[in-house]
Order: sequence, then structure tokens, then C-alpha cells
Amino acid sequence: MKGFKEKLSKHVFLLIALSTLSVLALITVFIFIKGVPIIAEVGIINFVFGMKWAPSQGAYGIFPMIVGSVSVTLGAAILGVPIAICCSIFLAEFAPAKLRNIFRPSIQLLAAIPSVVYGFWGVLFVVPMIRNYLGGPGLSILAGSIILGIMILPTIISITEVSLLALPRHYKDGALALGLTHWQTIRSLLLPAANSGIVAAIILGLGRAIGETMAVIMVLGNAVALPESVLDPVRTLTTNIGIEMGYASGEHQQALFATGIVLFVIIMILNATAQYITRKR
Amino acid sequence: MIQKSKMEIKELSFYYQQKQVIKGLNLEIPENRILAVFGPANSGITTLLRTLNRLSDLIVGVRQEGEILLDGKNIFDPDINMTELRRRVGMVFDVPTSLPMSIFDNVALGPRMGGMKAKRDLAEKVEKALRMSALWDEVKDRLNTPAARLSGGQQQRLCIARVLALEPEVILLDRPCSALDPISTAKIEESLMQLKEQYTIIIAPHTVQQAGRIADRVAFMLMGDLIEQGYTKEVFAFPKDNRTNDYLTGRFG
Amino acid sequence: MKINARASQKIAKFLIWTAALLVIVVLFSIIIHILVKGIPMLRWQFLTDIPRDMGRSGGIASSIVGTLFVTAVAVIVATPFGIGTAIYLTEYTREGRVTRIIRFSAESLAGIPSIVYGLFGFIFFVIYLGMGWSILSGGLTMAIMILPTIIRTSEEAIRTVPQLYREVGFSLGATKWQAIIRTVLPSAIPGIVNGVILSIGRCVAETAAVILTAGSALRMPASLLSPTRTMAVHFYILAREGISMDNAYGTAALLIILILLINVGFNMLVNRFIAKGR
Repeated sequence: MKGFKEKLSKHVFLLIALSTLSVLALITVFIFIKGVPIIAEVGIINFVFGMKWAPSQGAYGIFPMIVGSVSVTLGAAILGVPIAICCSIFLAEFAPAKLRNIFRPSIQLLAAIPSVVYGFWGVLFVVPMIRNYLGGPGLSILAGSIILGIMILPTIISITEVSLLALPRHYKDGALALGLTHWQTIRSLLLPAANSGIVAAIILGLGRAIGETMAVIMVLGNAVALPESVLDPVRTLTTNIGIEMGYASGEHQQALFATGIVLFVIIMILNATAQYITRKR
Repeated sequence: MIQKSKMEIKELSFYYQQKQVIKGLNLEIPENRILAVFGPANSGITTLLRTLNRLSDLIVGVRQEGEILLDGKNIFDPDINMTELRRRVGMVFDVPTSLPMSIFDNVALGPRMGGMKAKRDLAEKVEKALRMSALWDEVKDRLNTPAARLSGGQQQRLCIARVLALEPEVILLDRPCSALDPISTAKIEESLMQLKEQYTIIIAPHTVQQAGRIADRVAFMLMGDLIEQGYTKEVFAFPKDNRTNDYLTGRFG
Repeated sequence: MKINARASQKIAKFLIWTAALLVIVVLFSIIIHILVKGIPMLRWQFLTDIPRDMGRSGGIASSIVGTLFVTAVAVIVATPFGIGTAIYLTEYTREGRVTRIIRFSAESLAGIPSIVYGLFGFIFFVIYLGMGWSILSGGLTMAIMILPTIIRTSEEAIRTVPQLYREVGFSLGATKWQAIIRTVLPSAIPGIVNGVILSIGRCVAETAAVILTAGSALRMPASLLSPTRTMAVHFYILAREGISMDNAYGTAALLIILILLINVGFNMLVNRFIAKGR
């Protein structure tokens, strides 16, 4: 009787554990079922590289949004990654214990703030500032990049800090004993040694940026056109879904799911890469 | 005086992967006595104790040969009930390990897992066990406070009470006083002397002196071999083997 | 060379401190701005009245209730699955193909954008299972979203339980199941609670996934199958459509206060547990 219960419990736990896999499968299947027909109808090349998005005319090309997503994400990376790495070095190497105990929870708080609040703050401060000092409508790639640059900080900082702290202590002691300065030690020894962790952190940060919707919806301007400068408004894959899902139906709705498929595939590639890099370590 | 054996170890060998840590050991464990198994570190003593209630099964990649009889029944037989075996052969570890719950819940854990539910029965069990381990007077007014607030010595007596609440037949103690102060150690030794009237006790003492103070019989192990065994006084006064003599006189690490 | 090294050390140190300071300044400027503008709005009537005139006036009581229920559904559904998965990964199996698949799934789920969860929840719960825009659809979608967090934190918590505790359990005659429930889990609870609380924060903060699954109805929800508009969604709509800046600030301030409470409250809870347990 007891033996039977033990065996049963093992199988029950396995089933529970496999729920993650089944949910992942469900998500994939349902989004593809809903979105693939329209891609098939339009043709994958026309869908991905099409320049015109006009659901009322049956035109479904998402290339401007892919460009939008990529440019905003790259912008976020350019602005956010250096700051994030500086912050993790600060946490792992420079911060006095007291400051660290304030700084680390603050970073967690940064991650906990609702994304709509960031968007709201962007509209109130970032957008007018860009409009007044740099010109253009203000609602722009730059505004989105700034907001996302802030939002990806917690992801990158926490993972980078962990990989810096995971390095064996003697690395640092050895280098300092050789007469290198603290910064030389960090730059020539610690950062390269934590390399794969940092790369994984950046990739996951990029995933976060490319997947963010609500914050950027408010600051990007959402125009469906190829941008010519960072001061131009754009629409991303996520905001396309976020804006139009409210009223879309029929083919139009399918096309939004198809947009979701493209986003999903990009994210899965980024995730798998990050997981592969971390695993290899 | 011929003493009845509670457990009998016959030709026991134990391997971690390729490494043999117990080498064909034969030992009788007398009922209602304290047997101290002593020797230098890495002699296989902890392994031996853990084999006696098959706690060693938890480690991956181990294997044993030989027999251990408990009241004449081999504990390696396939039909042996593991939970029952471990209730009959209780174990106290070297580090006082109170679980993160109240004093009462710590002691009641074993009976509860055995299926006891009634509050009154549990309370009775807990009180009896705590009295036997000489902890009752110190904790009776705060049974519901976290066990973690007890001192190290009190925690170790709590662990003994936790085992006693199972009403075992054999109690294994693996260096139970190694982390304790002399006063706590004396208290535990005192209660062990009383407990042996009802229980068979096997202890791995943390010092030779402890073996001398409390054990009726001693066994000396070295590198997985049983070198010598016998009545404590005889072994300590007239060791038959030079290695035992060397160890007792401190000529060994 | 020597001077060079010291100069670069100085510059680097300066930049690193500046970056850290910048982040703190940005964080607090956001929080303080919202709180200063929003807290004056938080009167009793704002918290207890339902929104009137599309949210132009009235309060946010229905949104508070909606947020509460969506979060409750998510946590109640996800927690047992999360802990169960963590138990399987740590106690019932050795690292191998199965654990790799489960970990890959969990990490992939963690990376999926919330808008994609919204799409899935919409097509699966709202349409396919016929739950409509409802607390239930929103809660179940959020449950999937927070599952990876609960798994990860529970797994970490269970892994840090000393092996000795398991041995104590087994030496007291525990079956595997009893050892897990009675000795391992009690010690892992602070860490598990941490994960659950983080997840509550995520549910409260989420917008994209719930707007597509729970809807944006303003009335007081009557059952789990009623549509609702969570506070984050309400704030988004008020702010984006410029309906009422005052009420938007009020809602945002309440959100921020909740998030702060959740983050600070979590630390206090864990400290209490640790003080009690160990």
C-alpha cells in the first residue's frame, strides 16, 4: 500500500512538472493555428517583407514593424547595456555594503514597477524633452529606446551580477597581487571570465525589450512607416497587436496573431541562445 | 555473563563506488547495553552506523555485502519494511538538527508520520520522550516556541527525544556531543546511562574518553577494519592489538 | 604606464558611480512624481466608489476588486503547480533528459512577452474554452505567466534545505512523501513565499495580458466569469486616452504603493519566518 502510494506520488509529480511543457505546447499550437492561415494566404515573404499594413484593404505587411522592433530594441541596448554593466560592477565590486543593501532592492523595485507607469512617465517627461530639444514629434524611436533602456536594466544587472559574484575569489586576489589596479582586474580578468553570463544577460534583456508592449505603446507614436531617423515615430510588433487587438476581427485578427507568431519565433530564438550560452558554461 | 545480542553484523562490506570503506566486518551488538565504536576519522564508523538503519541507501552509487540481523532477521532482505526498520533503529546525528518548527512539533514528528493523530496521545508521547531525554523541565512551559531558540545542548537532547518518541529498540548516535560544551555533554551521557535499561545503544563517541565513561563494550575500527572489540575496561586496560594500544595512548593522529 | 593605469581606474570608477547614481535618480524621480501627484487623490471615496462617466469621476473600487480576484485566481492555480514542479525537479529525479525538457519549458515560458500570453489567453480561454472576457480567463492567463517564477524560486528554496533535514526525516521512519511534506517543505517556505509574493506583484502590474483576457469592463464584477478592468489596465486607459489625469495619477499612486508594500512586506515576512524557524 505504502509502496503503491510512493510510486503514485512520483508519477503525479511528473505530470505536474510536465504542465510547463504542455502549456508551452498549447501556446505554440493555438497561436500558430490562429495565425498561420493568413501567412499562408498572403505568402510568408509578402507578410514579413511587405511594406504596407492596411487591414481594411487586406494588405498585411509587417516589415516596418520588424524594423521598428529591431531599432527600438537596439536603441535600448545601446543606452541600457553599458549602464547595466556599470551597475552590476558597482554592485559586485565597488559598492560599500550599506549602499549595496539599498541599491539591490532598488533594482528589484525597478523591475516591479508596472510597465504602464514607465510609459506614462515617458509621455510626461521624455517625449516633451525630445520634442523641445531635438525636434520632431517627440513620440519616437529615441523615446522608446530610453524607456526600454531603463526597463531592461534589472534583467541585465541581476544576471550579470550573479555571474560576476560566481567567479572564484582567487582570480581577483591573484590579479591584485600582481599589482593590477582594481579596474584593470575587472576589465582584463573578471569581465572576460564572466563573459558568457553577461552575453546571456544581454540577450535576455533584448528579449524583454522586444517583447514589451504597454510602455512603448505610449511613447512610440505608432506610425506604420519606415523610420528615417531616431526621432521618427515607429510601430513595433508588440504595439501593433496591443493597439489593434481591441477591435480587430476576422482576417485582421488572424494577421495580429501572425504578428504574434513572428514575435514568438524571435523570442524563442533569443531564449534558446541565452539558455545555450548559460548551459555551455 | 552472556548477553543476548540485539543485532548481529556478519561479514559486512560496504563500497562507495569503487572504494571499500567497511571490510568484512563481524560484530555482535548486545541488548540493553551501550556499545561504543571508536577510531580515527574515515574509519567507516559513520558509514557503519548509517548502514544499521539503511540510511546509507539514500546515497547514490553505494553497495554492500554481508548481513545485518535485527532480532535474527536480515535487514537487507527484500521484504523488509524500510520505514518500520528506521522506526525500530533510530538515529541521532552529529550536528543538532532541530527542524524549523516548534519544540512540540519536532518531537511529535515521528509519531505523526507513523499515523498518530489524537492530540492527547501525541502530548503524552512528547512528554514521555522529553522526560527521558531530561529536557522536560527546561522546556515544558514553552513547547510551542521554535526549537531553534534552544541551546545546542538542548537541541541535541531534543533530537534524542525525537528519536525516543518513536519508541525504537536500538538508538544510533553518531558523535552526538562533538558540537557541544562539556556540561551539555555530561547531561547527555547521564541520560544515555539511564536509557540503556530500555534500549540498545550504539554510539560513535567523539573522544576515547567518552567511550570509557559510558560504554559497556567498545569496538575499535581502523580504515574499515574492525581491529578489536570487548568489554570497555578490558580493552582500555589491556588492548590485545598494538594498533588499539597506539590509538588509546595517543600515538595516532 | 603607472599613471595611465591609475587614471583609467579613476575614470572607470567615476563612470560606474555615475551610472549607479543615475539609475537611482531615475527610479526615485518616477516613484516620487507619481506619489506626489497621486496621493492627494487617494480619498476614501476614490477607493470605495465605482468609476463613473468612463472613469472621469467616481472611484476605482471595481478595479481594486478585479485586480484582487485576477491575482487570487492566478496565485491559487499557479502555486501548487509551481511547487509540485519544483519538488519533482529536486526530489524525484536526477538531472537528465526529463529535467532538461522541463527546465527548457519553464525558461521559455519566462521569456515569452506578455502580449503573446494575452493572445494565447484570448484565443484559448476567452474563445476556445468559452470563458469570455472574465476574471477567470485573466487569472488563468496570469497563472501561466507567473508559473516560471514560482517554479524557479521554489526550486532554489528547496535546494537550499540541508540534506541533513531529509536524513532526519527518513531516520524517523518517513516515507519519501512524508520527508518532503514534513521536513523539506517547512524549511523551504520562506523562499517559496518569496516567489509567490513576487508573482503577486507581477499580476498587479500586468496590463497587456489582462486587457486581452479579462477585458476592460468598469462595473463591479459579480462572479469569476464577469469581465473586469484591473487597476493597471484602468490606469493605462485613463492615461492613454487622456480621460482624467487626476484619476490616472490616483490609480498609479495606489499601484506604486501596492508594489512598494509587496516588496517591503515581502522582506518583513521572510525575516519573520526566518526568526521563527531557524
